[in-house]
Amino acid sequence: MPEGSALNEIIQKYEGDREALVEILRDVSQAAGYVTPEDMATIAQRLGLPQSQVHSVASFYSLISLKPMGKHVIRFCQDAPCHVAGGREIWETLEQTLGIPFGATTDDGQWTLLTTSCIGACSVGPVMMVDDEVYGNLTPDRVREIVAQVGGGA
Amino acid sequence: MAYRANILINSDAPGAEAVYGAFLDELQELALRDEVQVLMTSGLGGQGVATQGVDAIVYPDSVRYVNLTPDDVARITEEHLLKGRPILALTQAAPEVAPLPPPAPKEVRVVLRNIGKINPFDIEDYIAEDGYAALAKVLTTMTPEQVLDVLKQSGLRGRGGAGFPTHLKWTFARNSPNKPKYLICNGDEGDPGAFMNRSVLEGDPHAVIEGMAIAAYVIGAEQGYFYVRAEYPIAIRTLRAALEQAREYGFIGKDIFGTGFDFDLEIRMGAGAFVCGEETALMRSIEGQRGMPTTRPPFPAASGLWGQPTNINNVETYANVPQILLKGGEWFASMGTEKSKGTKTFAIAGKVKHTGLIEVPLGVTIREIVYDIGGGILNDKKFKAVQTGGPMGGCIPEQYLDLPVDYQSLASVGSIMGSGGFVIMDEDTCMVDIARFFMDFVQDESCGKCTPCRVGTRRMLEILNDICAGRGQPGDIELLEEMGKSIMHGSLCGLGAGAPNPVLSTIKYFRHEYEAHIYEKKCPAKVCRALIEYKVDPELCIGCTRCARNCPVDAIAGAPKEKHVIDPTICIRCGICKQVCPVAAIDVY
Repeated sequence: MPEGSALNEIIQKYEGDREALVEILRDVSQAAGYVTPEDMATIAQRLGLPQSQVHSVASFYSLISLKPMGKHVIRFCQDAPCHVAGGREIWETLEQTLGIPFGATTDDGQWTLLTTSCIGACSVGPVMMVDDEVYGNLTPDRVREIVAQVGGGA
Repeated sequence: MAYRANILINSDAPGAEAVYGAFLDELQELALRDEVQVLMTSGLGGQGVATQGVDAIVYPDSVRYVNLTPDDVARITEEHLLKGRPILALTQAAPEVAPLPPPAPKEVRVVLRNIGKINPFDIEDYIAEDGYAALAKVLTTMTPEQVLDVLKQSGLRGRGGAGFPTHLKWTFARNSPNKPKYLICNGDEGDPGAFMNRSVLEGDPHAVIEGMAIAAYVIGAEQGYFYVRAEYPIAIRTLRAALEQAREYGFIGKDIFGTGFDFDLEIRMGAGAFVCGEETALMRSIEGQRGMPTTRPPFPAASGLWGQPTNINNVETYANVPQILLKGGEWFASMGTEKSKGTKTFAIAGKVKHTGLIEVPLGVTIREIVYDIGGGILNDKKFKAVQTGGPMGGCIPEQYLDLPVDYQSLASVGSIMGSGGFVIMDEDTCMVDIARFFMDFVQDESCGKCTPCRVGTRRMLEILNDICAGRGQPGDIELLEEMGKSIMHGSLCGLGAGAPNPVLSTIKYFRHEYEAHIYEKKCPAKVCRALIEYKVDPELCIGCTRCARNCPVDAIAGAPKEKHVIDPTICIRCGICKQVCPVAAIDVY
């Protein structure tokens, strides 16, 4: 997180509460895309925790990223209900359309392609989240449309 | 000059003009016209949200108000624009909170009774449906022991998966001598295919709050926590608004109903870790640590959150409580089977005509759920299996279609109730592939504490990957069975203890499919790509060249009006040729 002030604001929001460590890290990750080693050092110091503990928590949860993310993040549901509903074609369409495998970020920093565990929209599977928006009943054509739409409006 | 805030009103909605005028008047009165701009605009739609009445978005906060009338405008202007407090009660409901369809003939809605019927952002709606009447009754006329008696009579069991009798759990926490005591609602619904907790939190949050307040009274807790996964932002927002209103009405907070009973609730969000749905891991996560399970005993009732006595139940369990207290234990016990009382929600997904959430008395059969409620298999294909209980559950084959769905019966065939996931598979589903899928999930979500689970699930996944890729070897099935048993015995929590279940249950009922993959190098369901081949039927091919032109790897040879041939060494089995063939001459072998 480039500006120390934004990080401070998040820590202050939780009043420096040690028990809010998971939430502080998640908020930082969400605001800046990822958590830097410097962020973790600051958080450890402000909460009075060992850096090892902050790192152990940060590396445990999937919604806390320790790597930079693309401008848009696609989280595709990799679970069985979506798989049964035709998820494999969607998985392949996403990799082909963006030209990157899952887990990677495009060279221009526009897209990061991730899988997510179930987002609880199984009755409209296959499902993916693009940033904060959930898209269901996906078909390969619809995926290409959504990527063009979101990317075009960037 | 730049405006501090912009209000965009959807001009397409009937009545938008009146709301627009009201905003202008109100801003004029508060002398905010120079700071806030009001604009009429069309096409506010977007965002996949169905338009509801007059809607408006306030920027820069991006708060979307729906169903506005001119009467709402003064409140929004004063609270939101002047004081900076968005009025959550007027904001949009999520697109997913669409009303449930009318109940199917075999459905009985207790937990789902209010979903889509009441506005979750308006506590008055809930009160009109007898909301908080049970809490009032309990606090003013009943002792904790009397509440426990009613619960015992009702036979309510935990709806999170294990089915532990609720009255016993509460009794243990109540009898624990240490203070303070804590109460937790487990809303970390992570099972793939289960979304009943999300629907209840989004559609009827007060029922859960009321159930928790009753539990707090019984066990003697003053502080409670909602642990909700961060993947459910709408549920969290709805819950926040509901807690605010419940506090405002005095249903939680200090001296509830003037009885001197204090109880308040906080929301804690997860950060993406499936294992946090396990109660001991969940409590570590609330404490701000890695969400790793710890040994039991001690059970949470003796030593839970911060080492204090803690009662933890699932969303659905709490949501049942107010109805039971109002209508009586006998009423609840009149539904269901001898040992599994009441109703249970199920999330129907997969290859069935009507997917979605249902609620049925326990004891209905799988057939009734699949055919009478689910409308049968999609495209009238053949039912093959149902996976119940999520990634730690099992696959139940066709021969058990008439099995009653209750805790004991599901366990007797090697599956579990779990949180109520119900993924239906048809003849086109490869059971080895499905088992591999669930194993991929659990090995990814294993927290790594217990070696059998951490290493064992990875090894099992590798074997399954090999089998699906045509590299399966004699002895693989036996090895999977042996490893599965070791993992179950050697793991601390339910994740490891249940992780091998999908594999073991599919081996038990679909061993022939595993054998076909390993010995014949065939995938009977024609799913596993390394084991299938696309071929053109020369009798049917008309030589239109469409398949050859659409093939992404140029694996198809043939001139116009000649029979086409697919080269299996180049073919990547993407299936596009089969999709585009106008005469269905291409098939999988």
